[in-house]
Order: sequence, then structure tokens, then C-alpha cells
Amino acid sequence: MKELSKKVLEGDIRAASRLIRNLEDQIPNTYIAMQEIFGKTGNAHVVGITGAPGAGKSTLTDELICAYRKKGDTVGVLAVDPTSPFSGGALLGDRIRMLRHAEDTGVFIRSLATRGAMGGISKAVGEAIHVMDVLKKSKIIVETVGVGQQEVDIINHAHTVAVVLVPGMGDEIQALKAGLMEIADIFIINKADRDGAGKLYKETLNMVNMSKDNKNGAQGWRIPVLLVESVLEPIKFAESVEALRDKIDEHYQYLIDNDLLSERMRRKTTAELNEALWGTILQPILKDLHADGEINRLVDKLLTKASDPYSLAAEVASKYMK
Amino acid sequence: MSNRKIRVLLAKPGLDGHDRGARVIARCFRDAGFEVIYTGCHQTPEMIAAVALQEDVDVVGLSCLSGAHNYLFPQVAKLLQDKGANDITVIGGGIIPEKDMAGLYEAGIKEIFTPGATLDSLVEWINNNVNPKE
Repeated sequence: MKELSKKVLEGDIRAASRLIRNLEDQIPNTYIAMQEIFGKTGNAHVVGITGAPGAGKSTLTDELICAYRKKGDTVGVLAVDPTSPFSGGALLGDRIRMLRHAEDTGVFIRSLATRGAMGGISKAVGEAIHVMDVLKKSKIIVETVGVGQQEVDIINHAHTVAVVLVPGMGDEIQALKAGLMEIADIFIINKADRDGAGKLYKETLNMVNMSKDNKNGAQGWRIPVLLVESVLEPIKFAESVEALRDKIDEHYQYLIDNDLLSERMRRKTTAELNEALWGTILQPILKDLHADGEINRLVDKLLTKASDPYSLAAEVASKYMK
Repeated sequence: MSNRKIRVLLAKPGLDGHDRGARVIARCFRDAGFEVIYTGCHQTPEMIAAVALQEDVDVVGLSCLSGAHNYLFPQVAKLLQDKGANDITVIGGGIIPEKDMAGLYEAGIKEIFTPGATLDSLVEWINNNVNPKE
């Protein structure tokens, strides 16, 4: 594992991808490699792109890569697609929109499957961001799965979240609902050449105007609503995505200038510690319970109403936590 | 205990734009529990090799129906070898005449599937011949 982290720190792409894979597959001792890496992280700007399936996240990400490369940034992309709840397999098709960057050594694109996670990303995303970070990518774009209303885990990982909306998905009540519509630092109305885009723009703007302090205590950041039109007009499309890039960077600068970055980092780091605690404390206990069949005996007690989940949990806790 | 999932890159090198077959196979692999990275048509061998490394796949599946397999398939295998990724299994499929097969095997293509091959036989071949990395 130390060998692997050494290669990653030297910039070896395949080693980096393998390390991410070890994290996804939860290979024992992978944390040893992560221990070597953790201290060197925290330099990249992490950008989340989220929105409904087919909203255009991958296509926007592709163009955003170009926009950042033009500016001299290096880019890491983590593209998440869903795992089948039936077969455990996945069709990872985001990078089909990003093929032109395949040979650019300043761009590293890695596809991940959700592996059962329900928050719009996969469990390994947080750590995969660290891996991209030590590969010295200055911008790391996380493209979530196509989300609905409440898959908002991206806020635990991204400094800047862009929510992609498209016309025709519902009336203005949808814009008032909690969840996805609350997490945007930037709104993108994509496919804005289509019918209903003007209405969606107004509704979104209305919703933004109503928010008391423009969200999350980030006082003074006025959430922009950007229009991006058809990809079939490449020059215009590229220009709107460059405007998006500038807004994303402006937001990052805003977080730095107002000392808000530390707040986001604290949220991210707390989530990571939670994960690590879960992995270190609860997982071995669960493994133990499964290994000797104790878990079945406990479930039997519940099915026959001989006990309740709360008493059993307390019992298990008293046995392991001394 | 291994939680390893088999990762497969499916790609169509060259100018052939007929990807119905590749899509059917992508779907079949998904249902077999593999993680499939599908990158579609019109790719150079260089692009395919770069993606294979970035995605740390176990298998690269190439599809070609245009007759250019004798150049494109070996080229992908060679680029992977040059980058020290000899452990990635390269397989191919499409309209491949019998007489071309020996050359392709020699160039490092591990198996060739031609019209009539069943989806089950593909999955079985991968399960039997590919061990995800430890």
C-alpha cells in the first residue's frame, strides 16, 4: 500500500485509479495509503455539478474542462453513475461526452458507480477527491448521478455547487421545495433555447430573491442564475460555459475572501471523520456479528418480539464498547 | 475476502459507426454485475489506451465491423503493453474473418467473438479468464 501511495504522489495515473478502486472495493489496509496522502491534500477547488438525469451535466462538464484548460488549470473529473440494485453492475457512460480530453495529460477523468449509496455520489468520492488533489489537479469537478429532489451529499464535498435545471420539469412550486433547490451556489438553466426556459428562469430568480441571506450563511453571495443555450451552436455554448467558469471561480474567491472556506472544509472534514469512525468502529462489529451468525439470532428475537432493536443495540454496545 | 468488481472498457476504434452490438453487450455486462465504461464510436487506439489506464479496467473490449481490425486491435494491445499495462485483457468482436484470427491472437488479443456468439458465452469467458486485480 505504501508503494501505491508513493506512485500516486509521483503522478502515476494508473496507480491513482487503482487507489480509488481499492477505496471503492474497500480493500483492507487501503487506509495506509490514504494516511500518506491526507496531509498533502486541500489545495484543489472542488466543484460539484448536479441535476436531473439528462439535464446536460456531462456535456457541461466537457465544455467546462475546455474552459479551465484555456485558463491554464489542470482538471480532475469524478463522474458518478448509478449501480444496478439488481445485478450490482453499472453502465458508466458520462465520459462518452468528454472523449476529446482522453489524451490531454492535464485532465484525469475517472468514472465511479454509486455502489448502493443514496446521496447522489458514491462513498469513495470524498477520498477520490483527495487522490485527484495530490495529483495536483487545480480544479476537481464532481459530476453526481442524475438526481431528484434530495440527493444532496455533494454539499459535503464541493466548495462550489452548480445545480443544472432544464425547462419542462414542473411548475414553480417545485422551485420552492427543500432539498436540491437549496444547495446551489450557482443555478444553470441548461437547454435555454427550449420552450419554457424563460418561465423557469423567472421562477428560479424569484426563488433566489426570496432567500433571506442567499443561503448557508454565505452572506452577500447572490446566487447567479445562468442561461446556457444549445450545444449545437458551439461558439455560443462555449462562451456561456466560460461565463459559468468565471462565476464558479468568483464563488471560490468569495469563500476565501469572507473566510467561509474554512466553514465548508469543517463540514467536509466532519463528514470524513464520521465515515472513518463508522468504518473503524461499527464495521468490524457488524462483520463479527455476521461471521458467527449472531446477527440472525438477533433478528429472530425481533421477529418473535422477544426483544426490540433498542435493547439489542444497547446489549451489543455493552459487549464491544468497554 | 474480495469485493473486487470487474471493470470493463467497451470501445469502438476507427471510423465504424455501428454501435448497436456494442450497446447490447454493454447492457449485458451491466446485468452480469460488471462495471462497464462505455465510450462509443470513432476513437483512436491512443484514446482507448489512455482511458483504459485512467479507469483502471481489467478488460478492454473492442468492437469493429468495418474491416480495420487488423490495424486497430493490435495497436490498442501494443499501446497498453508500451505503458506497462500487460495485465489488461484485450478482447475483440465484430466481422472478423477466420484467416485474420491467428494474427490477432499473436498481437495479444486474448479472444475474438464473431456473429453468433451468445451473450452468455461472453460473460462466461470473462468470468473464467479475468481475475480482477488484487
